[in-house]
Amino acid sequence: MNTWVYIDHFKGNALPASWETIGVGKTLGNVTALVFGSGIEALAKAAFEYGADEVLLADDPSLTDYRAEAYATTLSKLSAERTPDLLLFPTTTRGRELAGMVAIDLKTGVMVDVTALEATGDEITAIRPIYGGKLLTKETCSSRPQIITLRGRAFPKPAQQAGKSGTLTKVDAATGEFPTKVEGYSTSEGGVSLTDASVIVSGGRGVSNNPTLTPPAGLDEKQAEIWRAQQGFALVKDLASVLGAAVGASRATVDAGYVPYTHQVGQTGKVVSPDVYIACGISGAIQPLAGMRTSKVIVAINKDPEAPIFKLARYGVVGDLFQIVPALTAAFKKKMGK
Amino acid sequence: MKIVVCIKQVPDSTAKVVVERGKVSWGDAPLIMNPWDEYAVEAALQQKEALGGTVTAVTIGDESTKETLKRALAMGADDAILICDPALVNMDTQAIAQVLAAAIQKTGGVDMAFFGRQAIDGDAGLVPAQTARLLGWPALTLASVIKIEGSNVRVERGIEEWRQIVTAKLPTSASRATPRSWAFARPRAPKSRPGRWPSWASPRQLLSSPGRR
Repeated sequence: MNTWVYIDHFKGNALPASWETIGVGKTLGNVTALVFGSGIEALAKAAFEYGADEVLLADDPSLTDYRAEAYATTLSKLSAERTPDLLLFPTTTRGRELAGMVAIDLKTGVMVDVTALEATGDEITAIRPIYGGKLLTKETCSSRPQIITLRGRAFPKPAQQAGKSGTLTKVDAATGEFPTKVEGYSTSEGGVSLTDASVIVSGGRGVSNNPTLTPPAGLDEKQAEIWRAQQGFALVKDLASVLGAAVGASRATVDAGYVPYTHQVGQTGKVVSPDVYIACGISGAIQPLAGMRTSKVIVAINKDPEAPIFKLARYGVVGDLFQIVPALTAAFKKKMGK
Repeated sequence: MKIVVCIKQVPDSTAKVVVERGKVSWGDAPLIMNPWDEYAVEAALQQKEALGGTVTAVTIGDESTKETLKRALAMGADDAILICDPALVNMDTQAIAQVLAAAIQKTGGVDMAFFGRQAIDGDAGLVPAQTARLLGWPALTLASVIKIEGSNVRVERGIEEWRQIVTAKLPTSASRATPRSWAFARPRAPKSRPGRWPSWASPRQLLSSPGRR
């Protein structure tokens, strides 16, 4: 099968899901990696090292910043000329929308956020979660090319083979006026990205209301509430920083203004699938579970032994997180020699 | 400012969803407006309040879907359009985008279309970008801050690494990604007059979309 893999990157740094996607492509046959941007030859080299047989490199100043319209037009034009059987994208913000737009251009369908697939001849059967992961659906696509986006961390990342190379083909960026202009970037919160993280420490409402704390004088009720929550999340962040983990949060804490939205895990936040997910003071309503149920090992800390999160957790600690989380932080610090 | 907001009715997120004889069933669980689409309606209403104009809610579905349109009207939308056709079931995202793009064109003079980032049943998140692509409009997806000045739109988009600041000219489409505006939404008085209830059937040629079988 002639498979193309879109390499998603930001300023030349590939998202790990791009390499996982090459790995999947290689199980189906030869892989052509699509590397779009400006000054990104190093990325083409990395694509070979992660397994690509060929790279189509569109290296053009007009592609310096990702713009959906410019990238989609470039990709659709290449695909129309060279007719691959299958286009694979990582399910990143860019990968998802590019897949959708290219499908419109090429009059085909998209199987999105796929977590498993198999090939019969040149037809792919893809499995993907729907209803927030409550169900799995099996899909095929009758039109060609088939377009699939693959969920990050659902497939193994191939080993990098230093020095491996392949056929580098330079291609043109689509020309013309595109309707959007990138003015710049503003930094979001630092720290480890939720979707790439192998370990996530997440806090819920339980983290936000430590009854034993006395807020400093002079705060009104709302400020005192936020102060309390920040003290609680500081414990979560301490544990996360010892583990090199990302910090997650439930919708309740985000809506209340305790934590920025970028940390939200769940149905209306990020869908994550880390190796270890430590849920602190999260009872486990259906909405947050929708965002993390595919985590490999779930650890729950909650004072309510009836909390639904314990049904999903492999390890559960019933107790006061304000004692347990700092104790875990101290234990990991010692164990890891930090 | 003429704004269309595309919404979907979905089973409540707490519904117990099961498969019965190959079909998805949620028992007698209530149907609600897709939560992401509530953010989109809210974002559309904020633009209307800042700039004047109208907000029209559009959905595809059977008669029961009127409940979700009523919710949009209660939130403050001016008009509601139900695209109702027995043929429009089990469509893939390409077909939905074609119907919505046709509806936006038929409405005429639309400056901006708002969407929620994805529906919590299908979880595909493709329709906003696909509808924009069909219309030839810029797709400002995953927007958290949306500012319109004259015919210029400026959004901050949530991407994995940073926030990307993008500008475009109207008409355009945006998908709403953050609940921020919703968290600070203030209740608006529902309209005293009922919205319009045109019920559109879909042109047959829209149904020949390729896609899944």
